[in-house]
Amino acid sequence: MASLGLYNYWLVIALMMIGFYIVITSPNLVKKIIGLNIFQASVFVLYITMGKIIGGSAPILSDQIAVYSNPLPHVLILTAIVVGVATTAVGLSLVVRIYAAYGTMEEDEIEKIEAQEEVPT
Amino acid sequence: MLAVHLPVFQVLLPLLAAPVSMLLPGSRVSWVFSTLVSWGCFALSVLLLQQVLQEGSISYAIGGWAAPWGIEYRVDTINAFVLLIVSGISSLVLTGAQASIEREVAKNRIDLLYTCWLLALAGLLGIAITGDAFNVFVFLEISALSSYALIALGSGRRALTASFRYLVVGTIGATFIVIGIGLIYMATGTLNMADMGARLPAVAESRTVIAAFAFLIVGIALKMALFPLHFWLPDAYSYAPSPVAAFLAGTATKVAVYLLLRFSFTIFGGDFAFGAMALERVLMPLALLGIFIASLVAIFQMDVKRLLAYSSIAQIGYMVLGISLVSVTGLTAGILHLFNHALIKSALFMVMACVFYRMGATRLDDFAGLGRRMPWTMAAFVAGGLSLIGIPLTVGFVSKWYLVVAVLERGWWPLAVFILFTSLLAVVYVWRVVEVAYLRPAAEGAGRCEAPLSILLPTWVLIMANFYFGIDSSLTVGVASRAAAALLGIGL
Repeated sequence: MASLGLYNYWLVIALMMIGFYIVITSPNLVKKIIGLNIFQASVFVLYITMGKIIGGSAPILSDQIAVYSNPLPHVLILTAIVVGVATTAVGLSLVVRIYAAYGTMEEDEIEKIEAQEEVPT
Repeated sequence: MLAVHLPVFQVLLPLLAAPVSMLLPGSRVSWVFSTLVSWGCFALSVLLLQQVLQEGSISYAIGGWAAPWGIEYRVDTINAFVLLIVSGISSLVLTGAQASIEREVAKNRIDLLYTCWLLALAGLLGIAITGDAFNVFVFLEISALSSYALIALGSGRRALTASFRYLVVGTIGATFIVIGIGLIYMATGTLNMADMGARLPAVAESRTVIAAFAFLIVGIALKMALFPLHFWLPDAYSYAPSPVAAFLAGTATKVAVYLLLRFSFTIFGGDFAFGAMALERVLMPLALLGIFIASLVAIFQMDVKRLLAYSSIAQIGYMVLGISLVSVTGLTAGILHLFNHALIKSALFMVMACVFYRMGATRLDDFAGLGRRMPWTMAAFVAGGLSLIGIPLTVGFVSKWYLVVAVLERGWWPLAVFILFTSLLAVVYVWRVVEVAYLRPAAEGAGRCEAPLSILLPTWVLIMANFYFGIDSSLTVGVASRAAAALLGIGL
C-alpha cells in the first residue's frame, strides 16, 4: 500500500505522459502548446509534492510547530511557473504568426506546403 | 574592490543592457550599444580567465548569502574558458552583423533583435558561470526563449516553423533538466553543484538519483543536438538570420556540451556517470553514428547553410566522442574542439551572411561563379572549410590531432581510421561548395559584388583566429588540458 500513499507521484507520471503524448502526436500547434503546458504542470506538482510533509506547517517560527514543509521547492517552482508562462506566450505568438503566414496551424498541412515550396533539383 | 564582483557583472552587464538597448532610438544606435556591451563582456571574461589561471577557482556569493544556501557563482578553468568562447564569438559576430541584419530582418524588428541577442548572451553566460543547479535551468530558459525569438526573426515564414519546433524540443529538454535537478534535490537536499557533488556518492545507489541522471542526460542531449536528438537544429540554423546562426552555432550547443561535462563530472562524478552508469557506452555509439550520418547527410544538402548545420551535428559528435573516452587527453580533445569548432562554424556562418547579403539566399546554385564575384568571401569559405576538415595549421587539425591521440592511447586504432575517414566526408561537402563557387561559371552579366567590408572584416578576423590558434595552440591546449584534469579530479 506504500505505493498508493504516494499517489501524488503517480499523478505526476500520468500528467507527464499525457502532456508528452499530446506534444508528440497532436498535429495542431495550439494543442501542442497545451500538451507542453500539461507536461510542465506535472513537474510543478512533482516539486510541490517533494517539499510537502503531511502535517507539516508553513515556515513560521513558533513553539507550537514541530514539523515544517520545505518551502524551497515551492519557491523554486514559482520561477518555473513564470518560465512556463513565458514559454507559452512565445509559443502562442509564434502560432499566431504561423497561422498568418500559412493559413493553417495543422502541422501536417504546413509540412505539405513546405514540401511543395522546395524546388525539385 | 570591483575585481571581486567580476563574476556577477559578467551576467548583469548584458542582462541590464538588454532592456536599455530596446529603449535606444534607432537600430544603429542599439547595434553600437549592444556591440560595446558584448565587447565589455568579453573583456570581463578575459579578466576572469586570467584570474582563474593565476589564482585558481573563484567563488562568488550572490547578495552575500554564503553557499550552499545562497546562489554561488563559481568560476574554474573550464567555465572561464566557455565564458571566453561565448562572449568572444558574440562580440565578433555582432560587430559584423549590422549590415547583414538590416538586409535580412524587417525594419521594425531590428531593435528587438539586439535586445534578444543580449538576453541570449546573458543566458548563455549565466549557464556557464553559475554554481547553482536550479540557476542553470533559469538561465537555460532565458537563453532559449530569446533564441526562439531570434530564429523567428529570420526572413521567410519557414523561420517561424523552425522556431516553433525548436521551442517544443527546447522546452521538453529544459523540463527534463528541471526534473533531473528536482530529483537530485530530493536525494541530497541541496542545489549547490559542489555540495551536490559531495553528497551524491552517499545516495548514488538510490533509484531517484539514477532517474535524475537519465532525465538530465537526455535533456542536455536534446539541447546540444546529440544524434539522434538533433532534428531541430538544421531548420533552426538554416532559417535564422545568418548572424544569429553564426552566434548560436558557435555558442548554444557548446554551452550544452559544457553542461554535460559539468553534470557528469562535477555533480555526479566520473565514477558514477562513467563507472556505475557506463555513460560512455551510450555516448560513444551515438557520437560515432552522429558523426557518420550527419556528415553523409551534409553531402546531399542543396542549401549551404543547411549543409553547415548538419556538419555542426557531426562536430558535436567529435566533442562527445572525446568526452566518452574519459581520459585526460580525450576530454582535452573534447574541450579543445568546443573552442575550435565555435571559431570554425561562426566564421563559416559569417561567410553565409556575406553571401546572403549579396545573393539573398544560400542555395548551392547561388554560389555559381562566386569565386570570381566575391573573391574575399569565398577565400574565407575555403580557409574555414580547410579548418573544418582539419588541415594542419588550422584549429580543426589541432582538435582532431588530440582526438586521434586520445583514441590511440586506448589502443582503438579502428576509431582513429574512422576519424580520418569522416574527415574525408568533410572534404566532400566542403568541396561541393568550392567546386560550384570556383568552377561553375556565373550567370551572364554578373559582375564583381564583394560583400561590404563591415561584414567581411569580422569574418576574416574569425578566419585568422582559426589559423592563429591552429599554429600557436599553447593557450587553448593549456587551458583545455587543465580543465580536463580538473574535471577528472587529477590535480596539475
